[in-house]
Amino acid sequence: MQELRKRYGEVQALDGVTFAVRDGEVFGLLGPNGAGKSTTVRVLTTLTKPDAGHALVAGHDVVRHPNRARKAIGYVPQDSGIDRQATGRENLMLQGRIYGMRGSTLRARVSELMELVGLADAADRVVRGYSGGMRRRLDIALGLVHRPKVLFLDEPTTGLDPEARVAMWVEVDRLARQESLTILLTTHYLEEADQLADRLAIVSRGRIVVEGTPEELKRGLQGELVTVELGETDGRTLDAMRVVEQFPGARETNVDGRHVRTRVPNGAQAIPALLASLDTAGITVASVTTARPSLDDVYLHYTGREFAADDTAATAA
Amino acid sequence: MRVVRDTGWMVVRQARNLMREPIWIALLLIQPMIWLLLYGQLFSRVPSLRGGASTYVEFLMPGIVVMNAFFGGTWAGMAMISDLDRKVVDRFLATPASRLSIVLSQVIRSGLTATIQAFIILLVGLALGVRVHAGLPGWIVVLVIGALVAMVFAGISNGIALLVRNEATMIAAANFVGLPLMFLSSILIQQRVMPAWMSSVSRFNPVNWGVEASRDAVVVGGHWGAVGGYTLLLLGLTAVTSMFATWTFRMYQRSL
Repeated sequence: MQELRKRYGEVQALDGVTFAVRDGEVFGLLGPNGAGKSTTVRVLTTLTKPDAGHALVAGHDVVRHPNRARKAIGYVPQDSGIDRQATGRENLMLQGRIYGMRGSTLRARVSELMELVGLADAADRVVRGYSGGMRRRLDIALGLVHRPKVLFLDEPTTGLDPEARVAMWVEVDRLARQESLTILLTTHYLEEADQLADRLAIVSRGRIVVEGTPEELKRGLQGELVTVELGETDGRTLDAMRVVEQFPGARETNVDGRHVRTRVPNGAQAIPALLASLDTAGITVASVTTARPSLDDVYLHYTGREFAADDTAATAA
Repeated sequence: MRVVRDTGWMVVRQARNLMREPIWIALLLIQPMIWLLLYGQLFSRVPSLRGGASTYVEFLMPGIVVMNAFFGGTWAGMAMISDLDRKVVDRFLATPASRLSIVLSQVIRSGLTATIQAFIILLVGLALGVRVHAGLPGWIVVLVIGALVAMVFAGISNGIALLVRNEATMIAAANFVGLPLMFLSSILIQQRVMPAWMSSVSRFNPVNWGVEASRDAVVVGGHWGAVGGYTLLLLGLTAVTSMFATWTFRMYQRSL
């Protein structure tokens, strides 16, 4: 998809989003609420038309040939979409019929899917009695009835408890392989993107700010984060910062209260020397920690904002 | 044709959901029963109200069928709002399902419900000694008129539902049109005893078209020209209000 733009009144939801997903990969769109992930998915699933730009899904232009694109995709929306008064099986049968499936082919496919998502026993129960995790699994089955090439999972685990979330990750991973799917996943959980996505793009304010495999993105940060907690704060924090800054290989040094943070190529090796130079300068150190970069750091690095803080702000607005 | 096929399956879905809650149909029927039994008794001693009918219940019964269909249609949009809220509509929109079928199925379901209820009211009427003077064709007229009146208002109701997308506003809108249109018709009293201005206004009231047609079939029997005319009017209006609902559905799609 190229240069997608979409405006809702005053809000420029998409401001030139461009990315490509390879056949058979799980691609994650990561970003806080309101970043433009869901709008991107709504364009790609033909629910809404972009103001500008164009997008191909499984080779079909979503604006010019929406029905061809629709046949090739499965869509699992953010907030379900199940008919709660119907049984799981009835939901799936109707979905299949809409895609033109009939008779024994459809019945067999529905039973197979119920088995696949672990709802075989609940197939003939009305959905109202399903748990959140069961509903989510039925949602995914609904997106798979017609054997799509591409599956869109919009926030698949939002609202699930941690246990159900992990179960869902296992499920998605397995489905991706068994049904040889290309999956486009949106999430605002960094962990989830790290777990599931082969490649991912970080979306912020309607733009893609960075794209790559989770490993590439972390490596792109160059080095590990070293946090030095100072023993006392009697006006020596700036001195401490200067010492750390001049340490060979240190980058992006900053101070936050009693904590001095920096990035060095190899944390474990750097610590003894770093401590020695701080000691020479007469600065007492309470503790030192090192951390391999997480996607959290990647997000912070590319957007200059804390992921969690940004998320709260977006929700409040 | 895709529209017909998809509409068919979507009507099946809604009918099944309705059957799963028979209490809902029962509740919808209690009100007309109360009207029929209570008001049928209350006004039975005022012969001027009932035109040429032999009893007031006979006069009232076809009116109650139409009133029931009309109220059912007015509330039809609630199902659309529930589907919008639960994103069922969005799920269908991401499939190749006919867009028209999503709206039409709601309208047709409303017509079907009204037909079933009309049939039950006709049976209750029979038990109360009401004879349909036009015979079997009369029964069919009452059932068809019930369906059409419901669909006319289901079209408007779904259109409003798609515009406001909010249950509270929807309830206010339904109440706003409900009672006035009922009293501006000859459901309860014959047109001749209405104040002149009301009688004139009622001529343009689709609820009244339905009442006139079904009452003719029950009480008189044989004015087939007039009955046919009202049927055609209601059929045309059903098309118009369904188009209105389809148009508002496009507006909803654009808002996504």
